[in-house]
Amino acid sequence: MTFEAPHIRVQDLNVHIGDHHILKNISLDIPDKKITSFIGPSGCGKTTLLKTFNRLLDRNKEVRIGGRVLVDGEDIYGKDVEVTGMRRKMGLLSQRPFPLPMSIYDNIAYGPRIHGTRRKKELNGTVEHYLRATGLWEEVKDRLGSPATRLSIGQQQRLCLARGLAVEPEIILGDEPTSALDPLSTQRIEELFLQLKDRYTIVLVTHILRQARRLSDYIVFIYMGEIIEFGPTEEVLLDPKERLTREYVKGYIS
Amino acid sequence: MTRVRLIKDRISGKLFLAFTLLSILLVVFVGIGLYGKSVPILRQSSLSHLLFSREWKPFKNRFGFLPYIAGSVLVTGLAILIALPLSLMTAVFISEYVPNRIKRLLVPFIDLLSGIPPVIYGVWGVLTIVPFIQDRIAPHFVEFSSGYSALAGGLVLAVMIFPLIISILLEVFGTVPQELRDASLSLGANQWETVYRVVLRKSAPGILAATVLAVSRALGETIAVLMVCGNQTAFPHSVLDPVYPLPALIANNYGDMMSIPLYDSALMLAALILFVIILLFNGLSRVVLYRLERRNNE
Repeated sequence: MTFEAPHIRVQDLNVHIGDHHILKNISLDIPDKKITSFIGPSGCGKTTLLKTFNRLLDRNKEVRIGGRVLVDGEDIYGKDVEVTGMRRKMGLLSQRPFPLPMSIYDNIAYGPRIHGTRRKKELNGTVEHYLRATGLWEEVKDRLGSPATRLSIGQQQRLCLARGLAVEPEIILGDEPTSALDPLSTQRIEELFLQLKDRYTIVLVTHILRQARRLSDYIVFIYMGEIIEFGPTEEVLLDPKERLTREYVKGYIS
Repeated sequence: MTRVRLIKDRISGKLFLAFTLLSILLVVFVGIGLYGKSVPILRQSSLSHLLFSREWKPFKNRFGFLPYIAGSVLVTGLAILIALPLSLMTAVFISEYVPNRIKRLLVPFIDLLSGIPPVIYGVWGVLTIVPFIQDRIAPHFVEFSSGYSALAGGLVLAVMIFPLIISILLEVFGTVPQELRDASLSLGANQWETVYRVVLRKSAPGILAATVLAVSRALGETIAVLMVCGNQTAFPHSVLDPVYPLPALIANNYGDMMSIPLYDSALMLAALILFVIILLFNGLSRVVLYRLERRNNE
C-alpha cells in the first residue's frame, strides 16, 4: 500500500546486525495521524524496524543499515541530518517504563529544559499540561518532587508518555508499550493512544492481536524480516490475502 | 534418602553461618588485638595528646601521631583528587563512547594495570616522578625539594588506584539500563546530556562506593608510597614537603628499635588509628550511600 503524503516512507530498507540479515527489502508507507501496528512473531524484526525510525539502532557499530527512511520527505540517514532534532520528532515508549532517575516534575521538564526552556513559569505550565493529558495530574500533583520510581508501573508508563509528549513530537513510537502492565493500566494507555491519534502519527509494535485490532487503523504483518502483508486492520485480520498471515492470525504460527 | 538430603541441607546452612560469623569476628579480633597491644601507650599518654601532638620523641616517651595522620590524609587526598576526575572521564569514555569491539580490548588492559605489584609502581615513582618533581615542579614554588614528597606519593598512588576506580565505574555504568539512555536520546538529548544528566546521576551511589574503596586502598597502601614520599617526621606545610604516612611508619620501624620502651605499643596504636580511620570512613560512606540510594530510588 502507498499513500500520497506518508509521514514515514521506508524504501528498500535492509538491516544487518553482525552476520544476521534482520530486515529484508522493507518498503513501507506509514500514513499521517493514524495508528499503524506492526505484528508478527517474536524475533521477526518488528522492534528493529521501529528502532530504525529514530536512529537508536545505528548507535551500535555492528549494525549496518541500507536503504532510506524518509520522515516528512527527509532522509533521516542522510549526511546532513541533525540526529537530536530528528529524534525529538518521535516520542518513544518502551516495553517497560524507564523513568529518568529524578523527580516526577524533572522527568517531564527534562526534554523542554534540554531544548532551551528555562523559565520556571513556562515549565510549570508544560508539566501540568502533559500530566493532565495523560491523566496523571490528579494522582501526582501533590508529590511532583518525589522520585518518579515511586509511582506504580502503570503510572510510570503514563509518565514516560507525558515525558515524550512534552518535547512536542509528531510521531509516537510504541514498542509493546503495555507488555509489562496490568489490564487496567493497559486500558488507560490504549485509551490515551486513541485520544492522541488525532494529533500524532502512532506506530505500535504489538504481539497482542486483540490490541492491534482495538487500536490500529492499519496493520503490517512481518515474518522473518519481511513484510508479508500491509493493509487496513479489518482486512488483514479478518480477510488476510497471504497464507502466512492467515496462519498467524489463526494462531497456527507464533 | 530424603532424610540424608534434609540433614545435608541443614548442615550446609549452619556451616555457611559459621564461616560468615568467623569472617566478621576476624575484623573484631583484629580490632581487639590492636587495642590490647596499644593499651600500654594509651595508659601513659592521653588520647588527645597522642592524636593531636606533633612531638615525636620516642626516647623521651613522647609520641605525637599528628604528622603521620596528616601524612596519610594528605597523600590519600591528593591521590583521590588526581585519580577520581581522570578515571571518571576515562570510564565514561570507555563505557559510553567506545564501540564494543574496542571496549573488549581496553577492559582487560585496565584490569592488567591493577594487577601490577605495588613495588613496581614504587620503583617507577623513584625513577620518574621524584626527579620530575625535583627538577620541573618544585623549582617553581620552593628553593629546594628532593622530590620525595607528599605530591610524589599522591601521584604514584593516583596511578595505582586509577585502574581500580575505572574497573568499578565500568561495572557501575554497565548496570544503567540501555533503555534509560534510549529514553533520554529519544527526547532529543545529545550524548553528553545523556551521560551527564542520566548515566552519571543514576550511577551516583556507585561512584561514591568506588571512591570509598579507592580511599581505603590508598590509605592502606604501604610500599609504593614509602618509597617516594620521603619519610620524615614533620607536619607537612605543602604538598612538596616530605611526609611519613602511618603504614610507612609501621613498615619501616616494626622489628627495629624495639629496645625503646613503648615503641612497640606506639606502632600498634598507629595500626589501630589506621584501622579506625578506615572503619569510620567506610561507615560514614554507608550512611551517605543509603541516603543517596533512597533519594534516587524507592
